[in-house]
Amino acid sequence: MKKTVFKTACTALNNFKIHFFVLSAFIFLMLSGNAYAMHISEGILPFNWAVLWFVVAAPFVAYGLYKLKKLSSIDPSFKPLVGLVAAVVFIISCMPMPVPTAGTCSHPCGTGISAILLGPGLSVLVAAVALFIQALFLAHGGLSTLGANIVSMGIMGSFAGYITFKTLRGFNTNLFAAGFVAGLIADWATYLSTSVELASGIMGGSPFMPLFTKIIIAFVPTQLPLGILEGAITGGMVVLLYKKRPDLLIKMKVIKSVGGVANEA
Amino acid sequence: MKPEKSKIMIKMVMIFVLSAIVFYCFQPFVYSSEKWPGVDESVVEKYAKEHGRESSEPFINTDQGDLLLFVFLLAGTIGGFIGGYYWRMLIMPPGDRKETHSL
Repeated sequence: MKKTVFKTACTALNNFKIHFFVLSAFIFLMLSGNAYAMHISEGILPFNWAVLWFVVAAPFVAYGLYKLKKLSSIDPSFKPLVGLVAAVVFIISCMPMPVPTAGTCSHPCGTGISAILLGPGLSVLVAAVALFIQALFLAHGGLSTLGANIVSMGIMGSFAGYITFKTLRGFNTNLFAAGFVAGLIADWATYLSTSVELASGIMGGSPFMPLFTKIIIAFVPTQLPLGILEGAITGGMVVLLYKKRPDLLIKMKVIKSVGGVANEA
Repeated sequence: MKPEKSKIMIKMVMIFVLSAIVFYCFQPFVYSSEKWPGVDESVVEKYAKEHGRESSEPFINTDQGDLLLFVFLLAGTIGGFIGGYYWRMLIMPPGDRKETHSL
């Protein structure tokens, strides 16, 4: 009897948490004022630098397309996960969040979670599609700076997040902690590379390092807390998927076995 | 009132109250838009301007009054529905899953 009551209470509490989370998220989205971006805006980078970043990004995007085609031909059921992750990355990366410590707004990237679930190759493709739509219709980033933004958010964010997650899991770190650090590093790596791109593009005749340092320091008050938030989102999503569909995480090679991580999540 | 119904009512009231708290916590940050610029303005464009580079108008300029807010809302709605649709496909019971080609 006691067990049943306890179980019912737990279920009710879980449902309550989910409802509260969904409603709060909805209200938060409805509150959105002006759209603020973190990507490099249209026309900021000189032509030669813009072309260079496109050249760097192109093979990664091509590899992402190849991976999508290959995985879809092996298992068509793979598509819902790609669709879900693409939607999540798109929404997360255009959701402005106020950072009271800095008095500015910015947004998480979502590439940490996409790299963990889909692998870094496909994550680059997902980020590229999200960035392209944002640049074309949402005045968010730019078409000429798309290559640079794919390199920072797509490539650097995805690979940094993926490598961090795999390394931590290799040391038997629990699922949430590994996801948290992966999300955090993915976010910070994105801003680190954005600073490199911006400093190298606008420095002209002045030295690179002082300008780069100045830009990265300017990003810190906003991105330090946002990175932590992104870490929490990433860790939370991995654990949520583990609870709902552990078989899916095994299939995507995020975890090796359900039993092996049962106590870790 | 049945105990089940009163439970639901209490739950709804609590959700409403907590959501209202969330709303009022974030409201000042969001509506004081002049005080909370994005890092694209406060960092990227600021330093670019210092070094003689200025952002140009987007290819399709939706940054005109409330149009930008509308396209963001539209994009969020479409993205949300797509995400929700696939999330439902992923977490539905295994019996139903086979019929819809989900994972």
